[in-house]
Amino acid sequence: MRYAMIIDTLKCVGCSDCVVACQTENDVPIGYCRDWITETVNGAYPNLELELKSERCNHCDNAPCVRCCPTGASHIVDGGIVMVTHDECIGCGACIESCPYDARYQHPDGYVDKCTFCHHRLEKGQLPACVSVCPTKCMYFGDLDNPNSEVSQLLKNRKHKTLAPEAGTDPHVFYLI
Amino acid sequence: MTTSRRKFIKISAIGLGGVAATTSALSMFGANSYLDDLVKQNVSKKFKRTATYCEVCFWKCAGWAHTDEDGEIKKIIGNDDDPHCNGRLCPRGTGGVGMYNDEDRLKTPLIRTTVNGEETFRKASWEEALDLIASKFKGFKDTYGAESVALFKHGSPGSHLEHLFKAFGSDTIAEPAYAQCRGPRETGFGLTFGSWIGSPEPTDIRDTKCLVLIGSHIGENMHNSQVQEMSDAIDNGATIITVDPRLSTAASKSEHWLAIKPATDIALLLSWMNVIIEEGLYNKKYVEKYGLGFDQLEAHVKQFTPEWAYGITTIEPKEIRKTARIMAAAAPSVIIHPGRHVTWYGDDSQRGRAIAMLNGLLGSWGNRGGFYFKESLKVPEFPHPEYPEPKWGWKEIGKKYPYAEMGITTELVQATIPSENNEYPIKAWLVAGTNLVNTLPQREKTLEAIEAVEFMVVIDTMPMEITGYADVVLPECTYLERYDDIRSMTNRIPSIAVRVPVVEPKYDSKPAWWISKEIGERLGLHDYFNYNDFEEVIDWQLHELGTSLEEMKKIGVKTFDRKSGPLFLEEGQDHYFYTPSGKIEFYSQQLADKGFDPMPVYTAHPEPPQGFYRLNYGRSPMHTFSRTINNPNLNALKSENTLWVNPKVARMMSLKTNQEVWLKNQDDIISTFSIKVRVTERVRWDSIYMYHGFGHNNKELTRAFGKGISDTELISKIAMDPLMGGTGLRGNFVAILTENPHKNTEI
Repeated sequence: MRYAMIIDTLKCVGCSDCVVACQTENDVPIGYCRDWITETVNGAYPNLELELKSERCNHCDNAPCVRCCPTGASHIVDGGIVMVTHDECIGCGACIESCPYDARYQHPDGYVDKCTFCHHRLEKGQLPACVSVCPTKCMYFGDLDNPNSEVSQLLKNRKHKTLAPEAGTDPHVFYLI
Repeated sequence: MTTSRRKFIKISAIGLGGVAATTSALSMFGANSYLDDLVKQNVSKKFKRTATYCEVCFWKCAGWAHTDEDGEIKKIIGNDDDPHCNGRLCPRGTGGVGMYNDEDRLKTPLIRTTVNGEETFRKASWEEALDLIASKFKGFKDTYGAESVALFKHGSPGSHLEHLFKAFGSDTIAEPAYAQCRGPRETGFGLTFGSWIGSPEPTDIRDTKCLVLIGSHIGENMHNSQVQEMSDAIDNGATIITVDPRLSTAASKSEHWLAIKPATDIALLLSWMNVIIEEGLYNKKYVEKYGLGFDQLEAHVKQFTPEWAYGITTIEPKEIRKTARIMAAAAPSVIIHPGRHVTWYGDDSQRGRAIAMLNGLLGSWGNRGGFYFKESLKVPEFPHPEYPEPKWGWKEIGKKYPYAEMGITTELVQATIPSENNEYPIKAWLVAGTNLVNTLPQREKTLEAIEAVEFMVVIDTMPMEITGYADVVLPECTYLERYDDIRSMTNRIPSIAVRVPVVEPKYDSKPAWWISKEIGERLGLHDYFNYNDFEEVIDWQLHELGTSLEEMKKIGVKTFDRKSGPLFLEEGQDHYFYTPSGKIEFYSQQLADKGFDPMPVYTAHPEPPQGFYRLNYGRSPMHTFSRTINNPNLNALKSENTLWVNPKVARMMSLKTNQEVWLKNQDDIISTFSIKVRVTERVRWDSIYMYHGFGHNNKELTRAFGKGISDTELISKIAMDPLMGGTGLRGNFVAILTENPHKNTEI
């Protein structure tokens, strides 16, 4: 089992529904977020390209946050999901610094928090909250180890990219372009 | 902009009680619990779900509100069976819980009073507030007639109050949704196809081969099922053509973005028709069978070549031809979208008509991938006596505009301002769910009317600016705390949805049905409100429809079979269009008879003078107008608007992104607050752009106050649509001020 998320930038409108859904699903305090929207504009009027996309923890195979965590609070669980055990986190912030995606934040209660791919929903056979609400259905989630899964098929057949590939983190959030 | 008698009262002046304590689930579990424990708790948490439909915008998506064991609303998710949302709410619907949690909500009835010569609000009981309203309304009825009491409304509370007003004998009713928004397109399509577009738009986007958007920014307006279908259309390989001076989100998803010069859309539409007719690309069978006046149209558009349009629109002739051919190749699976907020330049009904005519030429009306024949279920009215016949109402007030089919807000405002020959003097206002000062253009005029009106009641959930001018403020509870009408709207198949209270009303707030009934009872209108609880009304109606409240509470949404026939025309089928001729009217005799252009013509509109830029505005996907800006969940996503400025302009004025600037319009109106610059190629050099709804000036909206600029306050010039009274809003020009114009004044 290797979970992956795919976001189709050709469909994402950047509405932030994924952000609100994550907030209400995971009790993320207002003013913080586990996922967010980025907008990139290239070119000059009227020859322009605009890319909108939803970003979050990339659940890397080679995760710098896990490597640098002094207490082992940041760890990888089944399916390749990077998790933080709140009680073991001392809030040193090393992981926040090490993440090339700026995916982590310090929760007001002291520990470091980030996207869990909605681990608790996966246990119930549900999709991550962000994927389940997206009005454009631009987000896909599934098992890359299964060659027939939607995510495997999309990566096989569609042009895609990952973020900051130069960081060598082996991320598991992919963007269709 | 000062008012003397009706001095704006800041609601906090008397203090409205403390902030409700909220406990986040995380702190409930203890600060440092193991995540795995937290995960387990989340999994084992028992949520109760309650059927509702959303009130954060007019799309009214049905969903389920989830409450935990403590009765706290945790999340709201879409109802899978609802054709408005297909189980997926938009950010505003998902964040609807913030409307309930907002600690700035109105908490108790308030009555205007004078203490030591200062006008202020005092807390009042419902009994006292309702008695006062009823006695005032009675007084106006006795002295001036019930017609003198006007209702301005928006959303679900509006229908309850409309019932009260009609029972009371007043039809003096208007809502900004008409003359400030979609009215002109209804007129344009009505004159051509004999049918309103209505809401949701009957556009078969998911099956279309070509979607043409004219200034419509689907994806930034989160009209849910339409956004979903645009995404489906992208998946299906449809061609999207977007006409917009700004690179909208939709434009960025388009194969063809026509970066048009603002205010020239009709020229483009005429030249598209020219190409389609000249090259014989129109749907000949369809036009022959269903159309009337094609020959006149052919002669009319002959002169409007792409070369002619190029000089006006700045779109190259080859682009115009290419896109016209793409549309024709896709026909009849093509949609020239009617848009929604279309009150732009005053000739908007005619632009709507040009859009309708182009659809008519391509045969998309009544064809798959074009426009479907919508249907809704008629919900029987709960029995009540007939409404009395008012002597005058919205129709008479707006009689200058022969095609007005709903009240024109600005005409009601005008009728409130005393003048010698005012035939329809309005003396009192009830304003429900619409923040008129931030919704209507020409704020000075609205304030003048507010100054003149003898009595004003405002019903809202939030201390919107309009509440500060009221004599009585009534706190309505949010949609999550009340029953409302059964939702029955047009769609591919008829459906109904119910709204059931998820939680008890917070503070001392009440539902609009209850407020209407209580005022009605005091006015001796009991027979119109013959129930104790609105639940009884819905249950009766649901039984008439073959279901029950009990069943609807379990399913939330129920769909029904169509009764009006197929969604689309069959090959060669006869069809009656509800126009005078029964045909699609390319030439409109009724317009000619009334002295209007029987076919649309292009008129040049004023352009920004030197140093000024056209003020363009639009929707942010996470907000609905000005009403959601203070919602804690949605405010966290976007708390202020920015001023989009083209880099050329920025270079000329040495503007930098995030620099604070102010705006001054052509009438020397200066923005109350500042706005941060966003230098971006996405906007043209002759216009600036900002999201609508920001720049609140009521301090009681603690998160929204002073954040960004209100586009509405700078819209002091309007271009009236002579057909239906729409207020064209896009002819305002602003200069960018880099020095604080309020340096020496207090806001």
